[in-house]
Amino acid sequence: MEAIFAATLGLLTASGVYLLLRARTFPVVLGLTLISYAVNLFLFAMGRLQGGVVTVIGKGSAYADPLPQALVLTAIVIGFAMTAFVVVLALRSVGETQTDHVDGQEPAQ
Amino acid sequence: MTLALIIALPFLGIFLPLLAERLGRSACAAAAGVAPLMALVLLLSQQSAVFSGELLKVKLEWLPALGLNLSLRLDGLGFLFALLILGIGLLVILYARYYLSKKEPMGRFFAFLLLFMGAMLGVVLSENLLLMLMFWELTSLSSFLLIGFWGARSDARKGARMALAVTGGGGLALFAGILLIGHIAGSFELSQVLAAGYAIRAHELYPLALILVLLGVFTKSAQFPFHFWLPHAMAAPTPVSAYLHSATMVKAGVFLLARLYPALAGSEWWFYLVSITGLVTLLVGAGMALFQHDLKGLLAYSTISHLGLITLLFGLDTRLAAVAAVFHIINHATFKASLFMAAGIIDHETGSRDMRRINGMWKYMPHTAVLAMVAASAMAGVPLLNGFLSKEMFFTETLNQHLLGSFNWVIPAAATLAGVFSVAYSLRFIHDVFFNGEPVDLPHYPPHEPPRYMKVPVEILVFLCLLVGIIPAYTVAPLLAAAASATLGGDVPSYSLAIWHGFNLPLLMSFIALFGGILVYVFRQPLFRWYAGLPSVDAKLIFERGVQALVKACSGFTQWLENASLQRYLALLLAAALLVVTQGLSSLPQISGPLAMTEIDGITALGLGIMAFAALVTVVFHRQRLVSLLMLSVVGLMVALAFARYSAPDLALTQLSVEVVTIILLMLALFFLPAQTRIESSSLRGLRDFALAVGSGLMVAMLVFAVLTRPYDSISAFFLENSVPGGGGTNVVNVILVDFRGFDTLGEVTVLAIAAVGIFALLDGLRLFQPKVDAQGRSWARDRHPLILATLSRVLLPMALLVSVFIFLRGHNLPGGGFIAGLVTAVALILQYVASGVQWTQSRLPLNYQSMAGLGVMIAGLTGLGSWLFDRPFLTSAFGHFHIPLVGEIELATALLFDLGVYLTVVGATLLILANLGKLTQEKAVEEVL
Repeated sequence: MEAIFAATLGLLTASGVYLLLRARTFPVVLGLTLISYAVNLFLFAMGRLQGGVVTVIGKGSAYADPLPQALVLTAIVIGFAMTAFVVVLALRSVGETQTDHVDGQEPAQ
Repeated sequence: MTLALIIALPFLGIFLPLLAERLGRSACAAAAGVAPLMALVLLLSQQSAVFSGELLKVKLEWLPALGLNLSLRLDGLGFLFALLILGIGLLVILYARYYLSKKEPMGRFFAFLLLFMGAMLGVVLSENLLLMLMFWELTSLSSFLLIGFWGARSDARKGARMALAVTGGGGLALFAGILLIGHIAGSFELSQVLAAGYAIRAHELYPLALILVLLGVFTKSAQFPFHFWLPHAMAAPTPVSAYLHSATMVKAGVFLLARLYPALAGSEWWFYLVSITGLVTLLVGAGMALFQHDLKGLLAYSTISHLGLITLLFGLDTRLAAVAAVFHIINHATFKASLFMAAGIIDHETGSRDMRRINGMWKYMPHTAVLAMVAASAMAGVPLLNGFLSKEMFFTETLNQHLLGSFNWVIPAAATLAGVFSVAYSLRFIHDVFFNGEPVDLPHYPPHEPPRYMKVPVEILVFLCLLVGIIPAYTVAPLLAAAASATLGGDVPSYSLAIWHGFNLPLLMSFIALFGGILVYVFRQPLFRWYAGLPSVDAKLIFERGVQALVKACSGFTQWLENASLQRYLALLLAAALLVVTQGLSSLPQISGPLAMTEIDGITALGLGIMAFAALVTVVFHRQRLVSLLMLSVVGLMVALAFARYSAPDLALTQLSVEVVTIILLMLALFFLPAQTRIESSSLRGLRDFALAVGSGLMVAMLVFAVLTRPYDSISAFFLENSVPGGGGTNVVNVILVDFRGFDTLGEVTVLAIAAVGIFALLDGLRLFQPKVDAQGRSWARDRHPLILATLSRVLLPMALLVSVFIFLRGHNLPGGGFIAGLVTAVALILQYVASGVQWTQSRLPLNYQSMAGLGVMIAGLTGLGSWLFDRPFLTSAFGHFHIPLVGEIELATALLFDLGVYLTVVGATLLILANLGKLTQEKAVEEVL
């Protein structure tokens, strides 16, 4: 299972990186979102993958590692804030430069 | 404290001349003189202690962890230099009063001069080497200001820049050398360093440290091949040359040779590096001086030559040579400062410094002529003047050394040759300027004697030359003894300062030099013609070319690296990150660890497969932006499911609600952006990006696999044990967020609020193109707010809010909490915006989201501060069980209040972002889309 999980994260990252390197802002934002999924899952996996365990005291016999979960929880929210910021930055850039190219100007033909 | 005051006084005195400038030039000069005079008095009050061999030290700790202390010392050597700096400094101030014209900013000049003086005193009185280095760099900086004082002139600017580049560059080398010495000696305190001489010389890093220190010394003291900056620094006003380029700044290098003599000298490296550099400089300087037609140029090259002489003496393998070096430092300072001042007077009165035009000055300024002639004779080493004594000692020591084996005779021979040149150029200074016919085409004609007091500093210095030359034992002897003993670190070999030592070899060398010099001067015309035939080497041109080539190379490199393409930067960044991870992973013997993999579970594998597939489709269809976005949301939902599958209900809930908000946000943004992406990347770039993507994916996959198959040790046991007794909650994830790691969470909600405010500011006044139709030319749906959606969402709102309150309250003990509750509330409210429009919603729900987000951060912060009232650390939580009628027993924790802050921030920030973005569509151009 770990191999499949690792391969999935690798694929998510690869997709994210490819989109990150595109020339237009919207794909870049999508890529960033994909990478943040991968990173969140990666951080989460640092507590190891276990099904059927709990993080609530007294609700089960075995416990999951709560620390990566707490870290990832805030990371998800902050990730949203950053995505939102980048999106709005991209919109502002379109408003200022009339192009959605990442360099703020259409490439020379 | 006297020591600290001596250094501090010139710095404090900087403001006096600036303030007194408006009162006239004399007042300004007097004000400038106050601080050095007081410092001189303080210094002289220490004289008896120093001369009796005492070492005065002050130590104030500054940054002891770095070995940097404000520690000062005063011994014979420091006393000698401080005396030169303050004494000649005062004379220069008096001289500059008459030298500078009315139009020039005299206050600023004196301020620079005092700055330099303080820095120089710091160099010679520092006990801590790092402190000394700081003052050393300050001398480079302040000399830059002084050399470039006439900043309107190109040669002054270029000369100043060159001096700064050379001496400042040497200062960096010196810095490295001193760090090495401190590393070897274990301390930067001079006393310890000097005591560790054997250890330093035996250390394997000694040659490197020595070379670095010598680079600093040779650049500062204008030794070959770094001598070229000094002649160009002659663009400075003459008082600056008299001060910096005869007595002080250029002597800082040889001062350091003397200062570190016990620590560094005594090895072959030292002897050969120092003596040969000194010897070459001595000869080159003396030879070049003869061919200069510029009065100050002659003096500059002569200074280079004399500095070479001093360096050579420090490099010889006899201890007496060091004594001779110290003696020559004193003598050179006196006669050279007076010569510079005399040259300045001549320049001032005739308007020219060209010796081919200034002739026969004896008739016009006999008084100045006498002074200059005496000083020039001292420079030539004529008997009964101070220069003769140290030159005799120099000749003696060249005969006593044993450096070059069978080629030992080279050093005395070269010394005699340099003596010949020295006599020749001194003679030229006397004969060419004061006799030799009539002046030619002078800008100021006829020249006359300068103001009376302008000559006073010259007179004092020339008088000292005579005094030392005639009765050395009664004048300079105790000072020299104290300085020499401090230089050698104790026992000084016996020497005699007598004028007459009988007929011996050194005396013969002096006579050869004297007559040889006269002979060379007589036959100077053919020599000048020969010199004119040499290819001319303009150091300034070469230096400027070098600087320009460097600038060009740097800007070329910068442009290659920074070509304003963000894609390229990102690619470079990713490539670098890949390299680092590859390097890290390659140290593993194999990727898979000792842990066995868990069995493959069909449903989970399918889920992960869908996630991977959706990610691929996102990429493949990225030109169809809407399709791509929808596939992205599939990935996000699968991530939420993955969290749920692997026992993280809190994360699953958070991911789910964030996913909803994110997709709505991206949909909104897409409205303003092109719906499709054109193909524009070149094949090569596509290949590069593909390679980077595959590489990154591989690295991440390997990293994850390597981690997951290895055992690990977590600190989580602590949280699991203390969650209930310490935090009063059973949901450990939530307790970590609001209690154990509450400070982190506070920071995170603050970031969230700041991001929201930033977005608010970015959207302010933004006008975007709003298409009336979509990419296919279809107009938007007429039914903007479908009735079913609107009705349902209104019914759902109270229920959703109820759910969010429930999630919020149970969060401490069961999955939930402020973050999730906040997101649920936000989604419920956004649904109203989507279903019924911005205007409809805001007229019924007039919430100020900025205030809400701010209030949230404030509540969270104040909850943390509240624990101070009970003398507990920031963000300590308290909890208790209360019995409330009807409801029953309930547990309340201050963490709940903190979580309320989190909740409000999340709701406020999310809606601040989305509602404001939605409002953009309300601008008059187009009707709203929400």
